[in-house]
Amino acid sequence: MSVEAGSVAKPRKGLDFHVLGPLIALVVLVVLGMSLNDQFLSSGNVTNVLARSAFIGIIAVGATFVITIGGLDLSVGSMAAFLAGITIIILNALAPVLGIGWNTIIVGMAACLLMGLAAGFLNGILITAGRIEAFIVTLGTLGIFRSLVVWLADGGTLSLNFELREVYRPVYYGGVAGVAWPIIVFALVAIAGEIVMRKTAYGRHAAAVGSNAQVARYSAIHVDRVRLATYMLQGMLVGIATIMYVPRLGSASSTTGILWELEAIAAVIIGGTVLKGGFGRVWGTVVGVVILSLIDNILNLTDLVSPYLNGAIQGVIIILAVVLQRGRKGAA
Amino acid sequence: MKKLMKLAGAGLVAASLALPGLAMAQDAEKVTIGVSIPAATHGWTGGVNFHAQQAIDSLTETYPQLEFVLATAGDPGKQVSDVEDMMATRDIDALVILPFESDPLTGPVKRVADAGKWVTVVDRGLAQEGIEDLYVAGDNTAFGRVAGEYFKEKMPDGGKIVALRGIPTTIDNERVEAFQAALEGSNIEIIGMEHGNWNRDKAFEVMQDFLSRFPEIDAVWASDDDMALGVIEAIKQAGRENDMWVLGGAGMKQMIERVKAGDTMVPADVTYPPAMIATAIRLTADRFVSQAPMEGRFIIGSVLVTPENADQYYYPDSPF
Repeated sequence: MSVEAGSVAKPRKGLDFHVLGPLIALVVLVVLGMSLNDQFLSSGNVTNVLARSAFIGIIAVGATFVITIGGLDLSVGSMAAFLAGITIIILNALAPVLGIGWNTIIVGMAACLLMGLAAGFLNGILITAGRIEAFIVTLGTLGIFRSLVVWLADGGTLSLNFELREVYRPVYYGGVAGVAWPIIVFALVAIAGEIVMRKTAYGRHAAAVGSNAQVARYSAIHVDRVRLATYMLQGMLVGIATIMYVPRLGSASSTTGILWELEAIAAVIIGGTVLKGGFGRVWGTVVGVVILSLIDNILNLTDLVSPYLNGAIQGVIIILAVVLQRGRKGAA
Repeated sequence: MKKLMKLAGAGLVAASLALPGLAMAQDAEKVTIGVSIPAATHGWTGGVNFHAQQAIDSLTETYPQLEFVLATAGDPGKQVSDVEDMMATRDIDALVILPFESDPLTGPVKRVADAGKWVTVVDRGLAQEGIEDLYVAGDNTAFGRVAGEYFKEKMPDGGKIVALRGIPTTIDNERVEAFQAALEGSNIEIIGMEHGNWNRDKAFEVMQDFLSRFPEIDAVWASDDDMALGVIEAIKQAGRENDMWVLGGAGMKQMIERVKAGDTMVPADVTYPPAMIATAIRLTADRFVSQAPMEGRFIIGSVLVTPENADQYYYPDSPF
């Protein structure tokens, strides 16, 4: 796999399918949606789809980095549920102390971010200092976080204090100039991710570590430091996603964030990042996330297909999107 | 707690075949009862876990000779292992089980029954008739029917409704078929039906799409309280609270509270009580501490909860 270090890939002669694959899939889906339902491009529907994508999208930007360094994080969905649970508990506990207002919510948000960083640090330190495979560590923490949220909720649902929720609601439902907050945050995270991946030393180091850790080490890159930072970045992004998830329904339970990790990984791969590591494309991931959301949305807007087949259609599209990107010589 | 009950007479023969090694209460010999239930993966099963624990705690206090083994399983495979472990290492005298799925659990539970143990099956029947001594269940058909009849009553002139279904299972199919059957002959039209998998987030997204798709919706059958909460959020977001009302189901305390408060969006609820596990555990325990016959079928009805009777169905301590 050729690693394009530094600037953006040079335009090749003719159409570059590997880069355009996901975009073509996206355009096809949009055209399909428009032809099936005239409400499809209404601002309400577009806002719904993009705001929904925001949680998985923000997490998937982090997953792009994790996969680029040749790692994997299976714990993100459970981590989101755990962080949502902890945040709700903290907010409920602070409400009588700090009052019903933004003070409380800002402290809750900060706690959520810090816990996210801590959770990412836990994954990262076990992988680097503990020298355990990322797959095993995050499979373990997936179970741990999921169990903890069930335990915290006593098997039920953790619900946010009602008055506090009314204050917090705009973080998901509100927006600026008609654009909802989750979409704005998702866009900012995606742009920042793209810049970090393409223009910073860390981005180049991440690709180098994923390409060949041994060579990276001889090139004086602190491989373990890069890995630890990447898992912490992933944890922090899960924290950001959770901050916006909590006001949406004001609750967390054992079903929160189920299978998000697989959706995030699927979006990353559709977007053209290499599962083995060594090359990542953040904007591709964003397109991948939107594709996955659109499939669900289009299937809900029509009665064409039995809802039992939603999963099958998603599976076919994931495989197709990746097939479109193959054909690069030497890519294995 | 008042429950509609119907004891089918078929199996109500006094239990004269006392199991070997089984003694009556006054002998104060230990009786071990195994309880196997699904892990708390969503609101309803969370309620099951809570009520099972409550029943066990209060029974152990009353009857010191009773000993309980409680196991929760995240999938059918683990539940099979739990049952096997109870038989092999805990030497249970009776088993109370809420099967995860009917087919995989039929064989293992049959082996327990063949070993001469008392078997109580809860909520989900086994794939083979006549294995269990006692069957305690909710009434999925009634759950759908009661909901359907309520829609007919609320909308005598008909109207357009959307429906959300649960995880594709026989439970869901029975409920939806009964609901559709109850609507027959009315002018109520189900314009959209999708699976929300008994999940708040999924229901929220499905409802958002229904709202984009249909300019006119008069009511929603969310068929589950977890889903109803997601649906209500989506309706609020679209600013269409005054256009439609929502009927959930199962009797989650937050929803019962809303019914009690006379919320116009949540005019009623239909029960499907997770506390049925407590009924099953108590009846099974009674079989060992008293001489009352307990074989047969115990069907817990689904009841319509309205502001008038909401107090009876409100359990503030339960997680569900």
